[in-house]
Amino acid sequence: MLTLNNVEVVYNDVIAAVRGISFEVPDTAIVALLGSNGAGKSTTLKAISGILKSQDGEIEDGSIEFNGVRLNEKSPEQVVKMGICQVPEGRRVFDDLTVDENIRVGAFTRKDKNINRDYDFVMDLFPLLKERKNQLAGYLSGGEQQMLAIGRGMMSKPKLMMLDEPSLGLAPLVVKEIFNVIMRINQEEGTGILLVEQNANVALLHATYGYIMENGKIVMDDKSEKLIENEDVKTFYLGLTGDAQKKSYKDVKHYKRRKRWLS
Amino acid sequence: MFSDQLHFLAQLVVSGITVGSVYSLIALGFVLIYKATDVLNLAIGELMMLGAYFCFNLITTYKIPYIPAFLITLVFSAILGILLERVILRPMIGEPILAIVMITIGLGTVFRSIIGMIWGPLNYVFPGPFSEEPLMLGTIAVSHVHLWAMIMAITVMIVFLAFFKFTTMGIGMRATADDQDIAFLMGISVKKVVAVSWLIATVVSSIAGIFLANINLLNLNLYFIGLKALPAAVMGGLDSIAGAMIGGVLIGVLENLAGGYLDHLFGGGVKEVAAFIILLLIMMIRPYGLFGTKEIERV
Repeated sequence: MLTLNNVEVVYNDVIAAVRGISFEVPDTAIVALLGSNGAGKSTTLKAISGILKSQDGEIEDGSIEFNGVRLNEKSPEQVVKMGICQVPEGRRVFDDLTVDENIRVGAFTRKDKNINRDYDFVMDLFPLLKERKNQLAGYLSGGEQQMLAIGRGMMSKPKLMMLDEPSLGLAPLVVKEIFNVIMRINQEEGTGILLVEQNANVALLHATYGYIMENGKIVMDDKSEKLIENEDVKTFYLGLTGDAQKKSYKDVKHYKRRKRWLS
Repeated sequence: MFSDQLHFLAQLVVSGITVGSVYSLIALGFVLIYKATDVLNLAIGELMMLGAYFCFNLITTYKIPYIPAFLITLVFSAILGILLERVILRPMIGEPILAIVMITIGLGTVFRSIIGMIWGPLNYVFPGPFSEEPLMLGTIAVSHVHLWAMIMAITVMIVFLAFFKFTTMGIGMRATADDQDIAFLMGISVKKVVAVSWLIATVVSSIAGIFLANINLLNLNLYFIGLKALPAAVMGGLDSIAGAMIGGVLIGVLENLAGGYLDHLFGGGVKEVAAFIILLLIMMIRPYGLFGTKEIERV
């Protein structure tokens, strides 16, 4: 179980990106962390995976624990070895490496003999990648690169996989396919998933629990089915107005509608 | 008459290829460090020279036979490489690249001075085990030193190509060169990658240094040949290992040809500048080198 307790992150000693957030991801659960641009979602993931330091960020306060072990001061390498892997935003695969090498490099921290078994599992998850094994990753399509990034992440045999916006910039059909695979990974391997998304619709559909982040704080959290029903979430994150009939822009007065959690 | 000229040409090309293969080795050292860290290691000529002097000293002062001395030198350079990375370059992680490049220039000067203080500005003949009798390939004469230099260079390159293609560490190093942040996320120890690339670069450059000292003389100008590998590396595209190798051979052949055909027209010296003129010309046509890739653009 991953637990964040009152975590604060500051960039360059002045800019507070995350201001005291707490949440938890139970083993084998799928938890969604939602929010718009600049809410601090990616920063939160970086704090967990330990790469903040190389980007001038710092965990000022609070604690991050994974199964009782404190992660605050751990290096990215140690975090990966403990079983947490992050699939970065924007499908950043190693362009100059082949698909096969990209996947193999995901197992960099491992020395055990099951690497080949996991390699086969990844190839089984993504038959498309198997066909393109010897191609340079830079020439794959967007969807394929996202699959590759997930497959590469799986090679570290994570207990918890953190996905940063896996649906970003992909066609709806591809998004569906990718989420099917995420569900399969969760069910077959028992890997916990922390899903960071702007696409609240897809995320809440697949997650069991959701947290909503704004301006570096968590403003709401609940079970997914409850969040979907929430009026504010519907208006601001799901793009629904609650009424069956279409409203005219004349009547909306959008600027008057305040989010209830901003008192 | 015609066959005489052809013979002359062939002779120039063959000796160019053999010397060029040594340039390729040094260029490999450049490219390795550049790929892993974006740093241009301008001290590589001096590192090369240091290896050569060290080996020379083992052979002449301590009377150690050539091959053991060679191997001891490799171990020495490996330790030196790790030490340099630990003591001087690791604290510089995160500092501007230019500052680190300046440090390598400083390092080079320091090494050159130290070598000057210990061994002085004399020319030494490197005692090698190579027979003076040239080997005849048809009518073309190749000296044993040149041949062995080439064999050594090719072996080292094959070993490293295999290392980069098939080992996890090698693939990890290429991944780090590609995208350092993501390499961090994959749990690749970037510090280890940098250390290994310095280690390989210093070892490879001492091999090159010893062979160059065998081919030429051992003196304080040896480092300049290391600088010739810079055009080779840049020409091949600084980020391409295969490019560095081809670039090295190309520079070797072209400078030999320039020396052979143009030297008497200008009264000498053409051979020394040829590499840099070729570099200029190629940079004008292909600014990213012959084999370097800027970035893959998906269409």
